Amino acid sequence: MCLGIPGRIVTIADASRKLAIVEVMGVKRQVNVACILKDDELIESLVGAWSLIHVGFAMSRINEQEAAMTLDVLRQLGEAQEEIEAMRATERMMAVAL
Amino acid sequence: MNYTDEFRDPVAARGVLAAIERVVDEIGATKDKPLHIMEICGGHTHAIFRYGLDKLTPPGLEFIHGPGCPVCVLPMSRIDECVDIAERPNVIMTTFGDAMRVPGRRKSMMQAKADGADIRMVYSQLDALELARRNPGKEVVFFGLGFETTTPSTALTILQAHADRQSNFSIFCNHITVPPPIKALLDDPYMVLDGFVGPGHVSMVIGIRPYDFIARDYKKPIVVAGFEPLDLLQSVLMVLEQIRDGRAEVENQYARVVPDEGNPVSIAACNEVYQPRPSFEWRGLGEIDASGLRIRDKYAAFDAEVKFEIGYGTGPRFTGEQDGCRCGDVMTGRIKPHACPQFGKGCTPEMPLGALMVSSEGACAAYYQYGGLRLEAVE
Repeated sequence: MCLGIPGRIVTIADASRKLAIVEVMGVKRQVNVACILKDDELIESLVGAWSLIHVGFAMSRINEQEAAMTLDVLRQLGEAQEEIEAMRATERMMAVAL
Repeated sequence: MNYTDEFRDPVAARGVLAAIERVVDEIGATKDKPLHIMEICGGHTHAIFRYGLDKLTPPGLEFIHGPGCPVCVLPMSRIDECVDIAERPNVIMTTFGDAMRVPGRRKSMMQAKADGADIRMVYSQLDALELARRNPGKEVVFFGLGFETTTPSTALTILQAHADRQSNFSIFCNHITVPPPIKALLDDPYMVLDGFVGPGHVSMVIGIRPYDFIARDYKKPIVVAGFEPLDLLQSVLMVLEQIRDGRAEVENQYARVVPDEGNPVSIAACNEVYQPRPSFEWRGLGEIDASGLRIRDKYAAFDAEVKFEIGYGTGPRFTGEQDGCRCGDVMTGRIKPHACPQFGKGCTPEMPLGALMVSSEGACAAYYQYGGLRLEAVE
C-alpha cells in the first residue's frame, strides 16, 4: 500500500476524469493521472511514460531504469506479487459486482 | 547467505558498508554504546530485514523500527467503529486488503465478513467509488487509511465523488501524517535517537521541508531514502556523516524520485479536502496532537463519521492491548519483538494478536519472517 509499483501508461481512458490505462507487470489497470499532469500539459503526452502507481493513482514520473530497479526490489520483497494479486482480485470482484 | 550477492551492485554495496564501518568507528560508537538510527517507514523495516542490513552493518549501529506502518498503528477502537458501520444493513464496506486482519476489540473485519457483513477488498478508492455507482441502493463506505502516500488518492476520490454527486459514497477517514509522531517520539524522554532515515514515498508527496523541525529544533539529522538496499545503506551513511561532522540537516538521498517541494497537485487536493484533527490515537503510542486528518465540513456528505453518526472521540475509548501483547513497547523501541511473551506463540502472522504481526511492514512480522533462524542461533 505504501510502496508504489512502477507502471507504464499505455493509453488514455477518459481525459475529462484524468484516467489512463497503465500496464503493471503485464496487468492492465485504470489509474488516475491527475498528480503527474502539469498545468499546461496535454494528457495524451503521458502515453509511454513510466510512473510509480499508488493504489490506483500515478504519483511520480520515473524513468525506465528506475522502474526496472524498483520492480526488482518489490519482487524480492514479495510486494509486487501482492500488488498484482490485489489488482486481479479487485477485477474479479468488480466483474460480478452488481 | 551472503546478502550482498543480491544487491544490484554488490561492489558498490561493499564500498558503502566499509564507509559505514569507518564512520561508526570515527564517532566512537560500539556494541555497548551504539548509535540509534530510526527507519520511520515500514517498507524500509521490511527491506532492512529482507536484505539483512542490520547484520551487515557494524554492531555500533542499531536500527530502531519506527511507527511508519499504517496498519500497525490503527487503534482498535477505529476497527470496532468500522465493523459497527459494516454490520449495518444496506452497507458495503470496502477496504485495502492489509486492514482485514487487524484485530479489533470485538472482531477483525475478516471475522465480520465471515459473520455476514458485506466487506470487500479493493485495490483502490476508485474501485469503491465505482461500486457506489453500480449499487445506487446501497451505501458504499471506504475505510480510508494510510500515510501521505494514500491521503491524496482518497482526497482526489472525494473530489470526484463530489463532482459526480455520488451521494451513496463515503469515507471512514483514518488517514494519518508522518511528522507529528516523530515529534512525539523526540519529546519522549525514554527515547534516545541519533538520527532518522525518512520515508521516500511520503516525501514524494509532501516534499522534505515538513522535516525541517527535526534538524532545527531537535538537532537531529534526517535523510529521505529510497527503497533499494543500496539507497538505504547510502542514506544511513549520510546520517552517520552528519553525526560525525556535528551537522543536523534534512537531506534527500532519493532526489531522482523525490522533488524537495513534493507533489503540488497532491498537496492542493489534501488541503482542499482535509483538516487536522486536534489529536488522533495511535496504537501503542496513544493520542498524538494533530496527527490525524478529518474531512472538512464542506465535504461532510462524504464523511462516514457524519453520515453514520460515529464521530471521533465521542464515546469511551479502549486504548489497551490484547492479553499480553506488547506492541506498544515494541513500537517505542523499549523491547525487541522476540521479547514479547506472545511472539511466535499466541501471536503469529497467520493468527495475529497484535497489529505489528499483521502487515509485512510490521516489525514483529519482519522479525518472524526473517529473524527466526538468527534468534534460534542466539538462544
